[in-house]
Amino acid sequence: MSEEIRLMKGNEAIAHAAVRYGVDGYFGYPITPQSEILETLTELRPWETTGMVVLQAESEVAAINMVYGGAGAGKKVMTSSSSPGVSLKQEGISYIAGAELPCLIVNVMRGGPGLGTIQPSQADYFQTTKGGGHGDYRLIALAPSSVQEMVDFVGLGLDLAFKYNNPAIILADGVIGQMMEKVVLPKQQIRRTEEEIRKECPWAITGKTADRKRNVITSLELDPERMEQNNIRFQAKYRTIEENEVRYEELYCEDAEYIAVAFGSSARICLKAVEIAREQGIKLGLLRPITLWPFPTKIIKEYAEKVKGFLSVELNAGQMVEDIRLSVNGRTAVEHYGRMGGIVFSPEEIVEALKEKLIKE
Amino acid sequence: MKQEIIIAGFGGQGVLSMGKILAYSGLMEGKEVSWMPSYGPEQRGGTANVTVILSDDRISSPVLNSFDIAVVLNQPSMDKFESKVKPGGILIFDGYGIHKVPTRTDIHVYRIDAMDIAAGMADAKAFNMIILGGLLKISPMVKLENVLLGLKKSLPERHHKLIPMNEQAILKGMESVVKL
Repeated sequence: MSEEIRLMKGNEAIAHAAVRYGVDGYFGYPITPQSEILETLTELRPWETTGMVVLQAESEVAAINMVYGGAGAGKKVMTSSSSPGVSLKQEGISYIAGAELPCLIVNVMRGGPGLGTIQPSQADYFQTTKGGGHGDYRLIALAPSSVQEMVDFVGLGLDLAFKYNNPAIILADGVIGQMMEKVVLPKQQIRRTEEEIRKECPWAITGKTADRKRNVITSLELDPERMEQNNIRFQAKYRTIEENEVRYEELYCEDAEYIAVAFGSSARICLKAVEIAREQGIKLGLLRPITLWPFPTKIIKEYAEKVKGFLSVELNAGQMVEDIRLSVNGRTAVEHYGRMGGIVFSPEEIVEALKEKLIKE
Repeated sequence: MKQEIIIAGFGGQGVLSMGKILAYSGLMEGKEVSWMPSYGPEQRGGTANVTVILSDDRISSPVLNSFDIAVVLNQPSMDKFESKVKPGGILIFDGYGIHKVPTRTDIHVYRIDAMDIAAGMADAKAFNMIILGGLLKISPMVKLENVLLGLKKSLPERHHKLIPMNEQAILKGMESVVKL
């Protein structure tokens, strides 16, 4: 049963994965194009099986603060939304990062700014990787490009969140959320007992016992010298994450003269563009960042010595391209191609953009 | 072997569910499959379409701009997708509601009057299965037995009693599709 291949939407996959990975609580508020996450969870009724809490909060702000509370108690908790809803959650996310708590956030992006459109977009790259909320904090950001990765990254995101006591985010978009593909679900994990949580999360507020000092969960520290020490600790943690957790995929890069850099659904469309370009004799490769933060800077720097140029392909006006330029640092050409506001590019368009912006012959 | 298919029509015609059954049939056949719908307000009465890809290898883009096969069920979809069939590709349309027949000569064009056939059947909702039958007759990409398994997988159990009726509709579609 656990190895059964199924066909499901990316959003449904997130819901199934949450139950299978032994999540303790999901708190959310509906918004297109990710409403199937909450819908599927309520259909699955995990409170009757694993004991997982599924709650439709009164707002996105309430949902993220429920996550804050659950995380403070050492529970495996998550929320999901789409762009405008994730904007509402930013204060809570900053607090959770500041209190050094683990949790999982899912953003199935749609076109903005503002209420924008419900069609796919990747315009929340800056929001996700450069802050979003206030203060010097980072989110571990995973970008799935298949429905199977929607499943896998729920597990990976929670593991990384608990490994570093830091919020993790799955940055998907309307394409990955709405499309159906084959998936294999993991075996059902049993939710941790209170005993296990006390052992694995000694910092959690689990009820003070005589043998330990009280635990306090807060992001507030009014003494600036202590607050700077907190920040120094956060930064040291972020450097460790940058050292250990970079993930990416290279496709057709060995002999590439040009490399397209794309994440999530764009990487899928780009892979088709690579196939088309290679049929035309253009040696195009694809580098797919899986972690958007930490960004795969080193590998891009290495390729910068070998290739004639990079094309950053994103469903936005040019956001990740800035990180590519920082990695390349002037060693070779870096251009951007994007569509905005919910329009999705075709593979053919990407090949034309490559010719126009980089090959120029 | 890879088949890149667009199915397009009005919301409510069963475009998305036909695509879903095709995708499930591919799954039963052991293929890689992807199903990418248009989503949002157009589902309710406007145009709806779904891209289905069946392939022996890893599928790259679920979003496409040109197709091996277009199944077109209304005029706005014809206007949009006739030009997007690859040369040598296939276009199948339902005669009902199409007032400008396709003009391209570099593709194979087929017509199936599924709306009329559905009206004569016990359940007019079998419309999309008649279309599916026509599609499978012209391009037998999945075996009928796997389509029936796909139906079983994609329909909730309470609707499994409708599978024989759907099978009849598929067979009816197979004998009704004509080349233009």
